[in-house]
Amino acid sequence: MTTLASLSHVTRSFGDVTALDDVSLDIGDGAIVGLLGPNGAGKSTMLSLLQGLRRPTSGTVELFGGSPQNPRNRTRLGCTPQATALPDTLRVGEVVDFVGAHFADPVPVGELLDEFGLTELARKQTGALSGGQKRRLSVALAFVGRPELVLLDEPTTGLDVDGRRALWDAIRRQHDAGATVVITSHYLEEIEALAERVVVVAGGRVLEDDSLHNVLARVSLRQVTVTTAEADRVAALPGVVRHTVAASGATTFYAGDSDALIVELVRSGIAFSDLAVRGATLEEAFLTLTETPSPTEPRLEHA
Amino acid sequence: MSATSLTLVHAKYSLLETVRVPIAVIGTIVFPVLALLFFVVPQRAVAGDPTYATQAVVSMAVFSVMVGSLFSFGLGIAENREKPWDPYLRTLPAPGLTRIAAHILATGAMAVAALIPLVVVGALLTEATASPLQLLGGLGAIVLAALPFMLAGICIGYAFSTKAAIAVIQIVFFTLAFGGGLFLPPLLFPDWLNAISQALPSRQGRDFVIWAVQGGDLQPLSWLGLLGWIAVLLAVALLLFRRDEGRRFR
Repeated sequence: MTTLASLSHVTRSFGDVTALDDVSLDIGDGAIVGLLGPNGAGKSTMLSLLQGLRRPTSGTVELFGGSPQNPRNRTRLGCTPQATALPDTLRVGEVVDFVGAHFADPVPVGELLDEFGLTELARKQTGALSGGQKRRLSVALAFVGRPELVLLDEPTTGLDVDGRRALWDAIRRQHDAGATVVITSHYLEEIEALAERVVVVAGGRVLEDDSLHNVLARVSLRQVTVTTAEADRVAALPGVVRHTVAASGATTFYAGDSDALIVELVRSGIAFSDLAVRGATLEEAFLTLTETPSPTEPRLEHA
Repeated sequence: MSATSLTLVHAKYSLLETVRVPIAVIGTIVFPVLALLFFVVPQRAVAGDPTYATQAVVSMAVFSVMVGSLFSFGLGIAENREKPWDPYLRTLPAPGLTRIAAHILATGAMAVAALIPLVVVGALLTEATASPLQLLGGLGAIVLAALPFMLAGICIGYAFSTKAAIAVIQIVFFTLAFGGGLFLPPLLFPDWLNAISQALPSRQGRDFVIWAVQGGDLQPLSWLGLLGWIAVLLAVALLLFRRDEGRRFR
């Protein structure tokens, strides 16, 4: 495996806020790496360091063996602008042409627009595009220079289901064609659909860096809500990793296997009412990851 | 792709973006002509005298280039830093100087376009005169005289947010325009004001361009001062540019 980019013991603070805290990470060629984490976890800061937009407070960032701030090291890098960032008055074809002019062997405008379903819109000013069309154009721009490494920052935020799937397909085709892709998201579904390796980030630290399968097993939690006078006893049942009490008096318990927890709950004879079960959101799962002591030690090494 | 051709590509799209909002173009071009029509043409004492009329047209030309540079750079950069398109462009493999050079080219093209109606109105409605060679000399001189304003614009753009930049630019261009004798000829200045005036880049630029067009004496302070302003502002601009990581919120 060739290392395309790496962070080594990188800390980045903004004033007294530490966005990244001693993060080390290698990105090798070939994979789709999912950077998963709640808002404010430090995902975007990691990308902006790799793009050369920011400098680390301490530690080193390397891109293709050199500093990402040197433009020459960015010739094989593809990035997306935010969808709202496109210059309103330029036409779709012009934006692709403009960005393509920075690369030695750009994908022809027509071919790229075709690949991302934008052919009909080539003559439209970007200000006239819908949100979904802007998204697609933004992602397409990352691939115009035939990059080896592509950084996608929340590429499908705000898209409907169809739009999201179409974009995922396009990203997969580009990956099959040889691009290594790093994709940030706070949607577990998106990471599940695309990534092979998952890096979980929260509070500026890498909590998990493992295969998709192993990480999913860790963060997939169910929540069981009941009203009971003996919340502490329920919390002590096997499988409960965390619990919270709502203002209504109901207590929510988080567990990997809700069925097993309910069996235990009934068997224990604890009095309860208003039982409700649902999947935990990703944010809730992360909260559990960050609060549970043992498996959350940063595991920075990666095979 | 070489840095030069990349600069041209950036300049082309920067101009294209400007031209797509025609009123912005008209504003840049019409403003100085209006100033000439209101401040100079009705005053026959000035407009009727070839020497004074030519100096007045030069003053307006310097004013035009100054306003164009301050707004284009100051406001343009401040705005861009708040828009996420600019950070995206910074991820592309182009040296930072490419974007600055492109900005200078695009602004320069607009500034030259704004000078044409000024020269035409000056020639038709006043006694201002200049041979083609003198015009060319004036054009060369005004390029140099524009540099401090461009650099000052860059400094303002990187130092302030859009709203603050507008206020700062207005104060700076008003001070420089009156203080530099672009609206009222320095002949009317009391000595103390004249002394201050001679230290301003607008006055130095005006005197320098007048010298290039009309000949005569050029005080060393004019061109030395211009070079000094360029050196100082370039240093500050580079410092602010390197420090910049987009708009910071506290």
